[in-house]
Amino acid sequence: MSTELPLIGDYSTPTTQLSGARIGVVTFPGTLDDRDAARAVRAAGAEAVSLWHADTDLQDVDAVVIPGGFSYGDYLRAGAISRFAPMMDKIVDAANSEAKLPVLGICNGFQILTESHLLPGSMIKNDHLKFLCRDQLLRVENNQTAWTNGYEAGQEITIVLKNQDGQYVADEKTLDMLEAENRVAFSYVGWNPNGSRRSIAGISNEAGNVVGLMPHPEHAIEAGFGPDHRGTDGLTFFTSVLTHLVGGKK
Amino acid sequence: MSLEATKEFNIDTVENAAATPKVELPWAELGLKDNEFAEIVKILGRRPTAAELAMYSVMWSEHCSYKSTKNHLRQFGQKVTPEMKKDLMVGMGENAGVTNLGDGWAVTFKIESHNSPSFVEPHQGAATGIGGIVRDIISMGARPIAVMDPLRFGAIDHPDSQRVVHGVVSGIGSYGNSLGLPNIGGETVFDPIYQGNPLVNALAVGALRHEDLRLANASGVGNKVVLFGARTGGDGIGGASVLASESFDDTKPSKRPAVQVGDPFAEKVLIECCLELFKASLVEGIQDLGAAGISCATSELAANGDGGMNVELTSVLLRDPTLTPGEILMSESQERMMAVVTPDNVKAFEAVMDKYAVEYSWLGEVTDDNRLTITWNGEVIVDVDPSTVAVDGPEYDRPYARPQWQDALQADTFKASNAGKNLPASGDEIKAAVLELIASPNMCDKSWITRQYDRYVGGNTALSSPDDAGVVRIDEETGLGVAIATDANGRYTYLDPYLGAQLALAESYRNVATSGAIPIAVSDCLNYGSPEDPDVMWQLAEGIRGLSDACQVLGVPVTGGNVSLYNQTGTTAIHPTPVVATLGKLDDVARRTPSGWREDADGQAIYLIGKTFDELDGSEFANLRGHLGGLPPKVDLEVEKELGEILINASRDGMIDAAHDLSEGGLAAALSEMVLRYGVGARVALDDIKKRDGLDSFTTLFSESQSRAVVAVPRSEEVRFNDMTSARGVTVARLGIVDAQSKSLEVQGEFTVSVEDLREAHEGTMVKYFG
Repeated sequence: MSTELPLIGDYSTPTTQLSGARIGVVTFPGTLDDRDAARAVRAAGAEAVSLWHADTDLQDVDAVVIPGGFSYGDYLRAGAISRFAPMMDKIVDAANSEAKLPVLGICNGFQILTESHLLPGSMIKNDHLKFLCRDQLLRVENNQTAWTNGYEAGQEITIVLKNQDGQYVADEKTLDMLEAENRVAFSYVGWNPNGSRRSIAGISNEAGNVVGLMPHPEHAIEAGFGPDHRGTDGLTFFTSVLTHLVGGKK
Repeated sequence: MSLEATKEFNIDTVENAAATPKVELPWAELGLKDNEFAEIVKILGRRPTAAELAMYSVMWSEHCSYKSTKNHLRQFGQKVTPEMKKDLMVGMGENAGVTNLGDGWAVTFKIESHNSPSFVEPHQGAATGIGGIVRDIISMGARPIAVMDPLRFGAIDHPDSQRVVHGVVSGIGSYGNSLGLPNIGGETVFDPIYQGNPLVNALAVGALRHEDLRLANASGVGNKVVLFGARTGGDGIGGASVLASESFDDTKPSKRPAVQVGDPFAEKVLIECCLELFKASLVEGIQDLGAAGISCATSELAANGDGGMNVELTSVLLRDPTLTPGEILMSESQERMMAVVTPDNVKAFEAVMDKYAVEYSWLGEVTDDNRLTITWNGEVIVDVDPSTVAVDGPEYDRPYARPQWQDALQADTFKASNAGKNLPASGDEIKAAVLELIASPNMCDKSWITRQYDRYVGGNTALSSPDDAGVVRIDEETGLGVAIATDANGRYTYLDPYLGAQLALAESYRNVATSGAIPIAVSDCLNYGSPEDPDVMWQLAEGIRGLSDACQVLGVPVTGGNVSLYNQTGTTAIHPTPVVATLGKLDDVARRTPSGWREDADGQAIYLIGKTFDELDGSEFANLRGHLGGLPPKVDLEVEKELGEILINASRDGMIDAAHDLSEGGLAAALSEMVLRYGVGARVALDDIKKRDGLDSFTTLFSESQSRAVVAVPRSEEVRFNDMTSARGVTVARLGIVDAQSKSLEVQGEFTVSVEDLREAHEGTMVKYFG
């Protein structure tokens, strides 16, 4: 069904893309970066499929992006209501199934993934208590996931950080486990912009098909419309998943 | 009898009003003057009911009726030439003006004030300012694509500025960020004159396809009237009449309950829901609920339509069931819209509401009797000609005269004053003055504010603060987009209200042209003191005359805006502050010009376009020395236009890689900001300009002469650039070159300052005061 009718960047009409891959972009009430995520998917060469939170049909997508925003206003706790969406049940099942559906959660999407228990830990308010929007330097700690295989291990990339509740927290045992299992996907380089434990910016699940991070790769895919310096570092997230889908490994 | 008595079982009906002509009504408490109340009685042929009184009182308030300015504002219409109207699809008077962009696209934008609420309750006041202007944009059938905020605060070191600045910035951030609208610019000025009357103006811009244009009118007898979005509560009652139309006074009780409370999540859902309604053509007319709430929406929809309207008020969904009919009519609860829907579309309309989980209630229908009738459980409590409420309100020709102090003020020039003695002369003194300037509250880096706003959402932001104009792409296929800049200089306008308004337009026009865009439309927010003070009224009359004259010369029409009066504490009015927003068109935003040079511009030539005069009166430097007097810089709109054409052509033809307009802080500020934009140094010399314009180094650097810009020209383009400027007879001077290795700004023979020292001075101030 047609759920999105944007005047700008209309992606409700499917277009045949080179890769033939179909990547779903979920919209909840209050989602903000869905058009951006769809644009990033298209820029990588896949077809963006709009998924509405209240639906239950995954439309045979090959991967899913849960974009950023303030779903349900973040009024209760970021992501706490969205995790109960019918579409989330389908996504959680597919991510845990044998097929291991690749899922990327960005910002509010990351918060929804932790609330859904696809990823451990949680996000609380930034330690400086303010919304912060900046071009953020990250280090790729794990390039073995479905969404990071196109990066070099240890590569430094600049993408956009913008959030209010971006401080990643988990108990020490979980943090040790994440590091031991190489599940820290990204960490902040230099100043820790929100007080995240061990400067963690993003993590993956054990299988590497589910990745969540606070910064926004979808805002760094087109020169001139993202960070001032090296504005396209985020595109590799979306090309990585295509590589993953065709069975390519590094 | 009082309003409190109009409870459910004791409703003041029209019948009751006719039968009880002697009942005392609280019209004065609602902000009406005695002549206005008499007029209402005359129009109705009886005393108004409590509900009618509520409606008239808000709709006839200064904020809603423009009663003190209407007779002056007409000049904007009178001075519009057919050429200026060529691309104008909807002009002043609707929720926002609409301008044709070509390729089937149109753009709508408007700037409004939310000053008084933002002083009383800074966070909610600023937040709902964004909410209100965004709903104006939606009402036109457009998708909002960006917001901007011109702000004026009191002294940076005043204790109350902590409350106001933190509150306003967090309010704009939390609301705007939650809507998914990039904040692409604005300005922030600190001046003690705004201490008790901060100015919080909000601008929103939207894009639409021509076929999606919607207007606020109720037509088609039998069509249904629906209210949807948030429920109606007790917040914001009397916001327009009591808060926005009166001066603050310590002796009166707190007006906090008159400030609305915002829910950005509800607004975001409302945006998407309305756009789906427009795409499916499910609404005939639509109006947002802002100032004066249901009173305004019903009377304006009915007055603009071809018939009347009948509404049952008990159908309104309430947050607070104890509200009286009058309170329901006056409530300014946010995130509400009213629409007119044909009976055939009712089901489809409800399906969209259900999809987005938006509450709605059917209130009534369009009638053919040219009356607005409102019932309460079937009993008529309002029966009026809607035009008398919404259109034909009172109009005053307020007395005004040039203040007696104006001549003395203009005679008190900076250089002749004590403050203007011992001006910096040596290289070291000038260097210290440059650092002091760029660290000053008005000139310092404002990223403490802008980093609390999302500038990236949407993926179409091509330029944002600190660039001269915000630039947003509209069509991803072609790159078509718009540039917007807002400007006003209250000090200039205080020195000369006529020229000050023109200077505000000239600067925003120049900023838009600097980004490479062709200016096509203007929206203004006229922030002034009390119109009942003849001095202020003169400032206002001169401002409107100046702005409308200048629009005519530059060929850009005013498409809408807002007047904010009574911005004064006691008898002290703010500096007249006509904030002017200019919108420009870029055929391809990839061509836009940033306000600084990058590393790869190393070796490019730096040119100053325009002539420099000895113009320091009203300048930032004079302000730093505590002086305000003399005359503002001269305005030559023909030269301004010529400069604009050069900047636009040079951008289109790839002749310049960076451009920055000269305004507050003059050449000193422009060069510093261009170096700081990407942290890339430059080497310049002033000798040619000093000789040509007959000025010393200090004046050359700090004068605020208009119609100037600094540009960076690639070596391969210098011949073409010089040919173009000399063919047009425009004054240019080659200042020097971009020097990526030096990591400093060198003004030869005067001083050298490292990029690091500039940065430290520029970025330290906001952090020092606000953390």
